Order: sequence, then C-alpha cells, then structure tokens
Amino acid sequence: MSFEMETAPHPEQLRRVAIEPVSRVEGHGKVTLLLDDHNRVQQARLHISEFRGFERFIQGRPYWEVPVLVQRLCGICPVSHHLCAAKAMDQVVGVHRLTPTAERLRRLMHYGQILQSHALHFFHLSSPDLLFGFDSEVARRNIVGVAAAHPDIARQGVLLRKFGQEVIRVTAGKRVHGTSAVPGGVNKALAVAERDGLLKDIYDIIKWSREAVALTRRLFEQDPDTYARFGRFDAGALALVRADGAMDLYHGGLRARDVAGEPIFDHVAPDTYDDYIHEQVKPWSYMKFPYIRSLGPDDGWYRVGPLARMALCDFIPTPFAERERKAFLAFDDGRAAGSTLGYHWARLIEMLHAAEVIKDLLQDEQTLGTELMAEGARQGRGVGIIEAPRGTLIHHYEVNEEDLVVRANLIVSTTHNNNAMNQSIREVARQYFDGRELSEGLLNHIEVAIRAFDPCLSCATHALGRMPLEVTLVDAGGHTVDRALRDPGEAC
Amino acid sequence: MTAPRLVIGIGNPSRGDDALGPACIDGLEALAPPRTELLTDFQLQVEYLLDLAGRREVIFVDAAAGGPAPFRFAPVAASDRPGCSTHAVPPADVLAAYRRHYGTPPPASHVLAIRGYHFDLGAPLSAAAAANLEAALAFLSQRLTAGPGAEAALSPQGPR
Repeated sequence: MSFEMETAPHPEQLRRVAIEPVSRVEGHGKVTLLLDDHNRVQQARLHISEFRGFERFIQGRPYWEVPVLVQRLCGICPVSHHLCAAKAMDQVVGVHRLTPTAERLRRLMHYGQILQSHALHFFHLSSPDLLFGFDSEVARRNIVGVAAAHPDIARQGVLLRKFGQEVIRVTAGKRVHGTSAVPGGVNKALAVAERDGLLKDIYDIIKWSREAVALTRRLFEQDPDTYARFGRFDAGALALVRADGAMDLYHGGLRARDVAGEPIFDHVAPDTYDDYIHEQVKPWSYMKFPYIRSLGPDDGWYRVGPLARMALCDFIPTPFAERERKAFLAFDDGRAAGSTLGYHWARLIEMLHAAEVIKDLLQDEQTLGTELMAEGARQGRGVGIIEAPRGTLIHHYEVNEEDLVVRANLIVSTTHNNNAMNQSIREVARQYFDGRELSEGLLNHIEVAIRAFDPCLSCATHALGRMPLEVTLVDAGGHTVDRALRDPGEAC
Repeated sequence: MTAPRLVIGIGNPSRGDDALGPACIDGLEALAPPRTELLTDFQLQVEYLLDLAGRREVIFVDAAAGGPAPFRFAPVAASDRPGCSTHAVPPADVLAAYRRHYGTPPPASHVLAIRGYHFDLGAPLSAAAAANLEAALAFLSQRLTAGPGAEAALSPQGPR
C-alpha cells in the first residue's frame, strides 16, 4: 500500500524535517517531512515508536490472569483492555451471554471509561487549541490559559474526570488495577450506597456534557470553513453497531463502509474479524497498517473512533446525544463528518451519550442484582471486540489445554487509525507548509491534526524526564541544519 | 476522616523500573505509617487535585530516568507553566490545578524520584533499581514515622 506523499520517488534528494515527539498525545511520536529543491512537501509520515511486545507479554500466561494483566499495556485506557480481554475470555470459558447484572456492570464500567477519557481529551488536551485558536499565543494556549479565561470549563473538566473514575472504582473494585471483570462475568456487585453516590451527581454530569457539546458546535458554526477544511479527507469507516444499527460501545457486530459511504460488510460476528481485517507491515513504521481484506491494502484503510462511529450508527439510543448526532450530520451538508476536527465534536456527543447511559444503568434495578457469573463449555479460542474511547479494540487469544495463552493478537484503536493519521498529516502539510520556515504555527497545525485522533501510543512509561519535544531540520545530505528542543520543564 | 498525609506512587508495575513508584507504595503498606493514605496509579491525572484536599503534606513517588541515585527528594511547587503535556500530568501541574480549583495554596509537597534504568514492558525491576528502592524506603519510613515532618503532618488543613 502506498499513498501520494507517503513515499517520495527519490528521498535521498530531499530535505528532511522532523518533529519529535508530538506533544499532548500519549507516547512518543515523530513526524518527518521530506522537501524537494523547491521546498514542496514530497513525503509526510508519522512514526510511532510503539513497543511491539504485547503479544509476547501475554503468551504463556493462564487465561484467567489476562484481563488483569492487559491493563498494564496502557496506562491511559486500562479499563478498555480489561473489558476487551474479559470478553474474549468469556468465549474461552464458553459463555456467550452474561447474566443481566454482569452485562450491566461491565457496561457501566465501560461507559465510565468513555466519559472520563473523552473529558480528559476535550478539557485538558484539545480545549486550548479550540478555545483560543491554533494560531494564538503559545504561552496562553494551554490548560492554564483555559482555566484563566474559562474557569467553569476547567472546573467541570476536573469533576467530569473524577465522576468517570468513581464509576470505574465502584464497578472495577479498585481505583486502578481493577479485577472485577473475569471470564464469564464479574466478581463484584454494586452496592446500593455506591449506586446512590453516583446518582446524586449524574444530572450535573449530563448538564455539563450537554454544555460541552454546545460549545463545540458553536465553534464549528463560527468558523465552518476552517473546521470543515482542516485536514479533511474522505475515508472508509469501521465500528461496532448493535443488531438494530444503534451505537453500542460495548458490544455488537462489525460494520464497515467505504470511502463513498457504501456498505462493505455489516453485523459481522466479532469472532470472524480476521476474515475481514488484515494487517500490513511497512518498513518505515513500527505500527502495522490494518485494512479491509476485500478492498485490499490500497483502498481498504479506514477510520475508527468517534468520527467513524457517528457516521456508521443508524441512531444513538439516548435522546440528548441522538439530537446532537443529527445536528452534527446535518452541519454544513455533512462536512463536519469528514473533517479531522469533526473528531472533537463527535467525541463530545459520545461523552454525552455515555453520561446518559450511565444514568439509565444506575436507575435500572437489575444493575444491583447479585447473579454475577455464567458458565459454559471450555473452548480454545476467544475474540473480544469493544469500542474503546479511541476506536475499535480487538483482543484475540488461543488457549491450550493447560489453560495457557499460546497466541495473542491485539489490534488497538490507534493502529486502526494509523493510515488515517498519516493522511491527515499529509493534508495539513499540503495546506499549511509554506516551504520555507519550520514555524511554530506549522508544528502546532500538525499536532492539532494528530491530537484530533487522541492517539494513545501504548507507552505507559512516563518516568520523570522522558518527554522532551525535539524538532530537527536535516538537509538532503543528512546534516542537521537546525534544531529546537523543549525540555519537560519548559512551557509548551 | 482525611489522612493528613498522602503518598502517591506513580508507575506501571509491568514496565521494568517504572514499577518503582507502585513498589514503594507496596513497601509502605507493610510499614503502615500513621495518619498516611497511600495511593498508586499508572499516571497522574488532573483529578488527583481532589485527593490533595485536606492534606498537610503530599509526597509524589516516581521513577526517574535520569538524576542521582539512589533517589532525589525535593520540594515541588505549583507551576503555571505547563510542561509538554501528554495524557499524564506532572506533580507541579497537579498542584497548580489545585490552586486554580480551590483558590488556595496546595499542601506542602515533595517528589521522591527514585532512579530507574530500564523500562521495558514485561521486564522485572532491575537489581540496581531494587537497591535504590530499598534506600528510598528506608528514608521514607523514617520520615513518615519519626522524621521531622511526622508531627507537622498531624494537623489537617485546607479544603475538605
């Protein structure tokens, strides 16, 4: 698979610009631009120094340890890995339908994760760009600036995060390193006092979520050209949907549409995913490039995550979020749905949906039940798919007769979006690079494009002193002609 | 009642020496220091500012990829110059967020940065890091049980 501007014909003759790593995304990423003699961008690539040892980390472990173990793959979305592995291991223990209470408790945990993750992204990572503009003063365009200019938004961001974490704590059993989702069900019931503690705050959570959606919608309405054009490109889409076509972030069948919006497949059972999705390796990237098998690697790449989910579902089964989905799709003849920045709007609609789902689950008496486990006949294979905050997450395990995992395959959301992120960078480079100067504005535009995907680069290591931002300019001869470094103690 | 002292260990237990923070908390749990709450997480996030309310003293324990061995113990103050933030938030930013959220100064805080060397997924704590951890635990246990800060930590303050 090769795209325009992905691989230049004679890269040895080009000037190289590297942005390393990208800030306000998780993990370590680097962008390289190769320029020709006329300073036009001939090649644009996002390099992600992802650790490729997940499968080896899991192989050889007893299957029942895996839902807890996989949380350590990612310090940002451990709950998504916890639940996805548990779903796969449900199949290994032969359970294809959880008890009603177990399913509700897992859903509650999952939507708590969606809420807190989306809140973090909007209130603390993307709001500085959105509220002040991409070209605004760097010293102001950060969460401190947001807190000064919009104190209510900063405060709500903290409390939304805390609420989501509290949902996770009461359902997972612990604030971190939760253990409640086990093969076949859950091992912790929800106490009435825990339920009531969440219910007293849920209406504020829904109110703030609605306000956040409205704020983002206003930003699009105020500057529709910028928001619709920035990093825009057409792409296919992949997500889970419920049997009736509704958005369902916990469980469903796979639906995919091509770049023209035509169906590729629908309601595909998760355990047959590998009949439909393949992965390609490219020599210049540590990350794989998934594609839809029937279309092949050149045409089969796609988006996942909030933007894809918004485009693919037939409706959202909660009233406030469904109203916002319709407004999103109708905006400017649907242009928001193809815009990279449309991810922000879609993400907040999902945050609102998550808040509504949490309310409904808390008010459902079956959530307080005590039938937590189901049983079935032991099997050797299990596939779990879940819509994690950043997109579709796939866990696939093979387990031998000694109960040990002998094969594991994980496709994480950011890997699904690998091609789409690269494409977004190419579009931004094409639009905003003047060919002469590695300006602060260009760097931030590229980072804004990447951040819209909320990529999690699966690097939970964060030890003090490991997050510099380095920008280097290298000429065709490989010589560094310019270099800028922001260390972690300096403002970004 | 909120314990007047909070110790937060940060790190991923399955990424080699990144486990120093949570391992330190494990060690402290065995010591059960008085009037001290112990927490651990993969990464600090902004909502941790709510956990700081009502504390007299806060200690952030983390692995350090550079700096002195076996550890560095230093005060940390709120900073309104946010770092190159990712989804994680450094201690100085959490303290600044506390000040913005409550409108009052955050509790006195220190960072205990324990020197680590290897951070690979699935790797155990390295021998050198384990030795540094032992030294850090000895230091902390003295400080939390009989050190000069112990008595000062007995009176809660700040927002509840």
